[in-house]
Amino acid sequence: MNRFVRRALVDIRLNKFLNLITIITIALSILVVSTFMLFFQNISNMVETWNHGGRVMVYLDNNFTMDMLSETNTKLKSLKNTKQVFFISKDIALSNLKKDINSDSIFFETLSENPLPDAFDVRMGGVSKFEDVALFAEEIKKIPMVSEVEYGQSWLDKFLSVYNLFKIVGYAISGLFFMIALFITANTVRLAFFSRKEEINIMHLVGATDRFIKTPFYLEGLIQGAIGGIAGLIILLISYLSLSSSASDAVSSYMFVDIQFLSFKYILIIISGSTFLGWFGCYISLKQLLK
Amino acid sequence: MKSNNSIIRLFNVSKRYGAKYALQDVSLEIQKGEFVFLNGPTGAGKSTLLKMLYLAETVSEGQIIVNGMNLARISRSKLALLRRRFGMIFQDFKLISNRTVFDNVALVLEVAGEKPGYIRKKVMHVLRTANMEKKVHSYPPMLSGGEQQRVAVARAMAGNPSIILADEPTGSLDAEAAQATMDFIMKYHEKGVTVIIASHDIQLISRTVKARSILLKDGILQNTATML
Repeated sequence: MNRFVRRALVDIRLNKFLNLITIITIALSILVVSTFMLFFQNISNMVETWNHGGRVMVYLDNNFTMDMLSETNTKLKSLKNTKQVFFISKDIALSNLKKDINSDSIFFETLSENPLPDAFDVRMGGVSKFEDVALFAEEIKKIPMVSEVEYGQSWLDKFLSVYNLFKIVGYAISGLFFMIALFITANTVRLAFFSRKEEINIMHLVGATDRFIKTPFYLEGLIQGAIGGIAGLIILLISYLSLSSSASDAVSSYMFVDIQFLSFKYILIIISGSTFLGWFGCYISLKQLLK
Repeated sequence: MKSNNSIIRLFNVSKRYGAKYALQDVSLEIQKGEFVFLNGPTGAGKSTLLKMLYLAETVSEGQIIVNGMNLARISRSKLALLRRRFGMIFQDFKLISNRTVFDNVALVLEVAGEKPGYIRKKVMHVLRTANMEKKVHSYPPMLSGGEQQRVAVARAMAGNPSIILADEPTGSLDAEAAQATMDFIMKYHEKGVTVIIASHDIQLISRTVKARSILLKDGILQNTATML
């Protein structure tokens, strides 16, 4: 195997320009793909942060009486993802509201009766996805005397539809760049193959098998892919380090968000993907050339 | 025509390019350890015959048996194994120009999967025999034609072949270099290696004792004779 690695490194050195073009193409493709991954990872983190603890407000029917409190409380606690349940009576809700706005407001003086419903503040445990919160809310709605369940679904729905649109665009652009990188890698191998046609013919004449001839090309592909992937990630890291603090500052006016670089898992996926890309480009070309 | 000692047998072999025959109805038997010259003028079919032996060309009609293997039925993987039994020498040397002398000779052993230690020893041994050990780190373009051919012969010998196929091995060499190359090939022939040389150099053929000469003309086998 050592001789194949040595051969592959010598071939890379001899075809510097071609290899450089391939590595740059792979690096740019990986940069595009990993930028999308970075974006989606941070958006997912944001959604998780907003749903942290999975808080659901359960508003009760006007016919709810304190006699029903214990039963409703028990039913809420019996749900699989319930962590804590707090009862907020309509009176407490009104006094909280008064505190929150202005207790001296003339608005409250004009009220003949408390318009607020009794409610439960339900905290969830072990929930990280928005979909889980939605399912949990559906279960609560089935409990008698529950009139409305609120968990920020309307704006989260809108947010998620935009997020999903970005995701589709991200997949499409990533796919396109993957195909471009694959096409260029395959063509680089083809050019390298033709530039070494005489050498390959001599190898065949002295009894080399196709495997013996292909292996250095595959190793070259793997090396190009890995280097391209690492280079793309380094460019992304440099961009991240120079832009993340200003981006965090800009977003912090609306929410507390710490923009994170890609997780180790994603870094591994990206490098493995780019390495596979290099190998696959070789595979496509050599399959045609060494029939 | 049957013989237990034969290493190559051709049965009514023809090679056609379109309607034109490069070789026509050739039947031939070559014994183990024989030294054979294929001679004849340019275009007689000498190189075509050699190429068919190492399957650079396919047979149009007839059959070729090498070491008991029917070349018409040989698979791609077996072809690589067959070629390792041959030591091949070409007029244009066919050395890889961006590899050193050492690497060119080592290639034959690398494709056979030999261990690095053995390769180093064997390559140095054949280069010493070829009197080329001082040029081990040189690249082919830095060598003279004679030196390049000696490296090519060394490469052919490195894999301990049972048959040497040489296509005009002295064609591009001066008389001294041609003699050195032939002497080198002879050393291996004396160890029992079968040698088949395609050449139109009558002087070279007449100088080589105990060689069988096979004359081809316009793709047709004319006669065979043994030099004494």
